[in-house]
Amino acid sequence: MKSQVLRNNAWLLAFAAVAALPLVLPNDYYLTVLIVGGLYTILSIGLNLLMGYAGQASLGHAAFYGLSAYTTGILAVTYQWPVWAGILAGLALSSLVSYLIAVPTLKLRGNYLAMGTLGFGVIVFIVLNEATSVTGGPSGFTGIPKLSIGGKEFSSDLEYYYVVWAAVLLLFALSRNLVRSRMGRALRAIHTSETAASALGVDTQRYKIFVFVLSAFYAAVAGVLYAHYVTFVSPGTFGFPTSILLVTMVVLGGMASLWGAVLGALFLTLLPEWLRAIEHFDILVYGAILVLCMMFLPGGLAEGAQKAWDASLSLFRKKGAAAEEGGGQ
Amino acid sequence: MPTASALLQYVISGATVGSTYGLAALGFTVIYNTAGIINFAQGEFVMLGGMLAVFALRWGGVPLPLAVPLAVLAVTVVGIMVNRVTIRPVRGRSPLTLIIITIGVSILLRGGAMLIFGKDTFALPAFSGGGPIQVGGAALLPQSLWVFGITLLTVLGMKFFFEHTLTGKAMLACSSDRKAASLMGIHVDFMVTLSFAFSAFVGAVGGVILAPITLTAYDAGILLGLKGFAACILGGLGNPFGAVIGGILLGILESLGAGFISSGYKDAVAFIIMLGLLFWRPSGLFGGSQAERV
Amino acid sequence: MNRKAVWFGFVFVFAMLLGAIAQAVEPVKIGAVFSVTGPASFLGEPKRNTVKMLEADINRSGGILGRPVEFIVYDDESDATKTVTAVDRLIKKDRVAAIIGPSISGNTLAVIPKAGAEKIPLISCAAAKKITSPVHPYIFKVAPSDLLAAKRIFQDMKNRKLAKVAIITASDGYGAGGREDMKELAPQMGISIVADEVYGPKDTDMTAQLTKIKGTDAQAIVCWGTNPGPAVIARNRVQLGIKTPLYMSSGVASKKFIELAGAENAEGILLPAARLIVEPQIPADHPQKKVIVNYIKDYEGKYKQPVSTFGGHAHDAVGILVQAIKDANSTDPKAIRDALEKVKGFQGTWGEFNFTPEEHTGLTEEAFVMVKIVNGDWQMLK
Repeated sequence: MKSQVLRNNAWLLAFAAVAALPLVLPNDYYLTVLIVGGLYTILSIGLNLLMGYAGQASLGHAAFYGLSAYTTGILAVTYQWPVWAGILAGLALSSLVSYLIAVPTLKLRGNYLAMGTLGFGVIVFIVLNEATSVTGGPSGFTGIPKLSIGGKEFSSDLEYYYVVWAAVLLLFALSRNLVRSRMGRALRAIHTSETAASALGVDTQRYKIFVFVLSAFYAAVAGVLYAHYVTFVSPGTFGFPTSILLVTMVVLGGMASLWGAVLGALFLTLLPEWLRAIEHFDILVYGAILVLCMMFLPGGLAEGAQKAWDASLSLFRKKGAAAEEGGGQ
Repeated sequence: MPTASALLQYVISGATVGSTYGLAALGFTVIYNTAGIINFAQGEFVMLGGMLAVFALRWGGVPLPLAVPLAVLAVTVVGIMVNRVTIRPVRGRSPLTLIIITIGVSILLRGGAMLIFGKDTFALPAFSGGGPIQVGGAALLPQSLWVFGITLLTVLGMKFFFEHTLTGKAMLACSSDRKAASLMGIHVDFMVTLSFAFSAFVGAVGGVILAPITLTAYDAGILLGLKGFAACILGGLGNPFGAVIGGILLGILESLGAGFISSGYKDAVAFIIMLGLLFWRPSGLFGGSQAERV
Repeated sequence: MNRKAVWFGFVFVFAMLLGAIAQAVEPVKIGAVFSVTGPASFLGEPKRNTVKMLEADINRSGGILGRPVEFIVYDDESDATKTVTAVDRLIKKDRVAAIIGPSISGNTLAVIPKAGAEKIPLISCAAAKKITSPVHPYIFKVAPSDLLAAKRIFQDMKNRKLAKVAIITASDGYGAGGREDMKELAPQMGISIVADEVYGPKDTDMTAQLTKIKGTDAQAIVCWGTNPGPAVIARNRVQLGIKTPLYMSSGVASKKFIELAGAENAEGILLPAARLIVEPQIPADHPQKKVIVNYIKDYEGKYKQPVSTFGGHAHDAVGILVQAIKDANSTDPKAIRDALEKVKGFQGTWGEFNFTPEEHTGLTEEAFVMVKIVNGDWQMLK
């Protein structure tokens, strides 16, 4: 009962933090960083559902991110579609393509699956890069309109910050419900042992396809939000290095932890900004921090945060006499 | 209409580039077999091989026949260090954690190379002089012969090592079951160190023999790592000979794709064919069917 | 008059003076975003160095408008998203008066909406003609469009009575831009493209593409890309025994190209390039002679490495911006923008710049001279 109340409060807290953050930022530049961080958070929550919970690796996730970004951009500019229609088409196309890819690809296991998704990512990148007449080619596609819904244009960074983080909260809540449902248990069973899950009557292929498509949908949401924020897309944003970055965010944050996905994404978005001060050596420090985090926090940043939280909590409890139970998670 | 000599040219060019993919793939395979992880820093070993040879030659004034083995040796040491410092202290962690560590290591090696060697591209002189040799209307560089010869030697050497020496057999034993191998008295840690040394070695060999043809730069490892990984999956993960064949096949596919279909889409063509092969044979061309532990 | 009032007056004047001094010491902040690392670092690094060098020079000679100047340079890692956050940081955190860069076309196109909306003048060092056409009031560029370089090449072909060309371009922003321009320009100049091949910027072997070109009746080959691709193509061409004349784009106009290709493979290659690389062959009375000589002397003296034409873009951008700020006698972004449009007859390393409200590039095809590689060195053609 008590933990339920706490959890609700945690939600309120997250909500309040997101709402209040812009008021305490030293300048508007951090809004841009947080918008980009929010997009990566959506991507990494989605990928964590696939990798962390269902145990299926994807090294081509940036492709879904890019497909929806390009779709909504091209429809809005070349075909003059209204923004909302382009967004829906982008989400639909990425999801549809992910379904078509999932059917043969998810028959592959482990590293072969990683290769299958990597190959798909490379192919999408090459098409974006080469189909110059449609996509604008390597130098990118310009002139995408700002996001507008029902005549309201979200042109300022502050407005867009709220749009992106509202999406983050919504998708986070959706994921949280999902991993606690029957579906979530089935996914974890697949992760532990696919053969065993299958023997117990779990339709593993169907669940895997579902979570793959869902995770691509998350990437697609980030893609359309990217396109209508930057108003420019180029293939480089959606290539193999981005796919690797996303995997790194998930693992660094903590596998099978939604808070971990948030932490991983924000940490790897903010880190390069902090490291700007030490130009030249920033790349070395970045690499070293990545290695050290993985070596000393095997459960990722989520585990690190949990430990820090527990430590401060027990310190607090020692002083307060009211501690009645140490349960909860 | 492409002539027979053009076709031959495509195959020769593809096989030359494919040899590096193959050697990078071989490196992936060796580490995978003993440590059970994909080493994303593999491409960086290839890059370091080429770059160190260039710099021994330019700055150190070391003659080429000495610079090449020196570079390979140095990279082998780097490989051992990578294992000692970043992998061994955390052995037994989930493969994914170890893989992300290798991604971090690749960033470090690449960043270090950028700071030390600069961002320029460099060329290494060919091992032997002379103009291209004409073979059936196609041109073959003398360096390509070096590439084919050294690749073949490396593969044969590996084959001998794994099939006819005790250490080699022990390494293979680690790949099938680490726990059992350990119970049999095999020093698994040492085998993992050895596998890092080996894969750094073959990667560096690939780097130095190709640098005279393809030029090299601090960031050359990204693409080679990607292609090498693709090649070792194509050949069947865990099979060293499959890896080399997979690499050469990938190189030829790209070259033919550029020649016959479209140079812009050549990598896409190669990857589509590869995905087709994977769907047809889910464990690669030469991979055994995967036994799964329940 | 009592003493109090005198003291008051004295303190008041002193405070005013202090305020004025504080005002004077406040530096003029100018932002710069270059691809210092990543695939395009060969463009960004010389630009960053040039800007840092000029910052010291300007401050040594008294700064701008009596104030010191501070260049805040960020690395965009050749990545579009990073460029957007870097420009945002310059505008909102560092509050710069104007921005120089980015160094590549794609990244410039990515930040035009941002700089435009915030009304901060931006002088790009990239070449794509899309950057300044259509003209955006706050966006300028100092690199001549690729179209002008393509025009030079095709004109040279016509002079040699060559009408059939095979093009081989890199599949990056620079190569694709050149490819588009050549395909647009060729029919207008009576040249037919008989082969259109592409290679990946990190590819290490182009014999497949060249073998295909060898099988056509092309009378010339034009390669559009930046190192190392074109060097590989020059090597592969000789290796395959192709005798068709080879043209390169201005993107390889550095000694590094000849070194990578090898002098014997680079022999006879033709390319349009900035005068900077053939400085000893420019007549002494040429209007840009002095600025080019000084730039080479300063840069090579300071960094102990060869100067590049890409660094020249940053040199010209800084010069033009400083002049505009002086002309405007203000560091207000709007005033700088207005003054930029009025800059006339500015002698930069790349040529003479003339800006108007309709023309935000300022250079003509005069910026390029045709150059031939002979014995591992450049030879200016007349």
